[in-house]
Amino acid sequence: MINVIRPGSFTTIQDSGRWGYQAWGLPISGAMDPYAYAAANLLAGNQKGAAVLEMTQEGGMFHFDESAFAAIAGADMQAVIDDRKLPNWSSFIIPAGAVLRFGRALKGRRAYFAVQGGIASVPVMGSRSTYTAAGIGGLEGRALLTGDSLSIGDAAACRQPPYSMPEKWVPGYRSPWELSMVLGPQTGYFSEAEQQKFFRNGYIVSDMAGRMDYELAGPPLVVSEHESVSEASGWGAVEISEGGHPFIVTPDHGTTRGFSKIGYIIQADFYKIAQAAPGDKIEFIAVCNAEAVKRFRGQHEIFKALAMLLRPEKHSI
Amino acid sequence: MDDIREKLRNAKLLPVGEAAVLVSFDTKIDPVVHQAVRAFAACLEQHPFKGMTEYVEAFTGVTVFYDPAKICGEGLLQPDPEQAYSYQAVVRYLQKLLSGIEIAAQDEPRCVRIPVCYGGAYGPDLEAVAEYHGMTAQEVIHLHAGGAYLVYMIGFAPGFPYVGGLPACIATPRRKSPRLAIPKGSVGIAGSQTGVYPLETPGGWQLIGRTPLALFRPEDQENPSLLRAGDRLEFYEITQQEYEAMENEGSVPRP
Repeated sequence: MINVIRPGSFTTIQDSGRWGYQAWGLPISGAMDPYAYAAANLLAGNQKGAAVLEMTQEGGMFHFDESAFAAIAGADMQAVIDDRKLPNWSSFIIPAGAVLRFGRALKGRRAYFAVQGGIASVPVMGSRSTYTAAGIGGLEGRALLTGDSLSIGDAAACRQPPYSMPEKWVPGYRSPWELSMVLGPQTGYFSEAEQQKFFRNGYIVSDMAGRMDYELAGPPLVVSEHESVSEASGWGAVEISEGGHPFIVTPDHGTTRGFSKIGYIIQADFYKIAQAAPGDKIEFIAVCNAEAVKRFRGQHEIFKALAMLLRPEKHSI
Repeated sequence: MDDIREKLRNAKLLPVGEAAVLVSFDTKIDPVVHQAVRAFAACLEQHPFKGMTEYVEAFTGVTVFYDPAKICGEGLLQPDPEQAYSYQAVVRYLQKLLSGIEIAAQDEPRCVRIPVCYGGAYGPDLEAVAEYHGMTAQEVIHLHAGGAYLVYMIGFAPGFPYVGGLPACIATPRRKSPRLAIPKGSVGIAGSQTGVYPLETPGGWQLIGRTPLALFRPEDQENPSLLRAGDRLEFYEITQQEYEAMENEGSVPRP
């Protein structure tokens, strides 16, 4: 069991998401930073899709009844185990009775804690991801509270030695964040001049930046053609509100919305959204669809290579 | 039938991000467009491609989501090796699908009846809606419960139906000041739309009543939403006693 001594400012159980239910109005949910999430699970020796803790801005404090093998990745929350500092993007052994403590995020905004075997909460519609708006998934559909206890799933037989991810694969987190996007069917709803304004000016992440969407502050845009009928929205869509302010759609978004979309942030850059904090600067650049796919596949190649380094015996034949 | 075929033939395929394609049949909300959406969705359900994750039906089109890492060189989709680029492969597949759709005799649409306790604490805006139209509250109830409704799509929130068919004479603008929390089950009017809130959320709809029926059912993995696109919908009036009895039963019959 993992006992929650202090939950942190907003800590939820997340996995790779609740796919296949958008047609019923359920968003994907899942880890906001797919890169750090996948890295933490790989380092902890987990299967793809295992449930982890996503901590936002300030991490929690956890007591372990049993020993465990675990890993952290994402924002640097100065993890300490029984007063020993732990390196980020690394795995480690937690002795039975130990206390794992996280502080405020120094760089980035969201940290992922993966334990071997995964967090064993009850899946809802095939996923353990917490979706707080509907109160489903995770622990009672809510963020963790002091006094909660979390079960650890059955650990895989393989034990890996503690390992740190090679530096070259650790993304740098710093503002301004350059977000690449592909243009979409509604980009033409904005005049050339408005598009130029959007791509030339930077925006600032406002305080309204959560798992549903991020509101950005900056020069408002004028939508020239405005007869958007509600249609599927998706993680990474950049919507322009009636007031002209951009919203980035994040994983707990409403599945359909009626705002005009100027474009879509590429999947390979989703991690940057998750790690951008209020007050950080964002700059958009347009890329082509093929480039977006290339970079997405590039991240998959990194994970394949990392898996090979961690478990060469499984990949040697 | 021919007009549905024409919509299908003239579909536009548009990239939305690098992991989805919008198959668009029109730009206007219309029952024929809705039929085209339904026919294409039914076809996709029968013939998904490897790497497709899901699809979402909306008023005028269907968005098909896929995993670009799974498209390359597998199964049905052989992308152009020079491009290693999944969008083209998906578009080719969907175009082939569109050209071959057999419009089967549509199944008789389901009709779902929604019990509503109108007015009072459950419908705090009923009087204001009546006043806005110069009617009595009973006339508004009669018109709302007498409408023939169509669920065009499910979205926005789990189990939330986008419903068409509100009698034009009771279409009412949203409230000037939105409420911070609208109770689950509230039945409201917003412009020419009517609908039911599946979850407690903030919102600006005019609330005219409430249903004890649960629209979102997370415990039912197969059908987590009471309603689905294409359903016919009817509202019928119940008393507060009936409302409470149904709510206490907990197991309101499914359609």
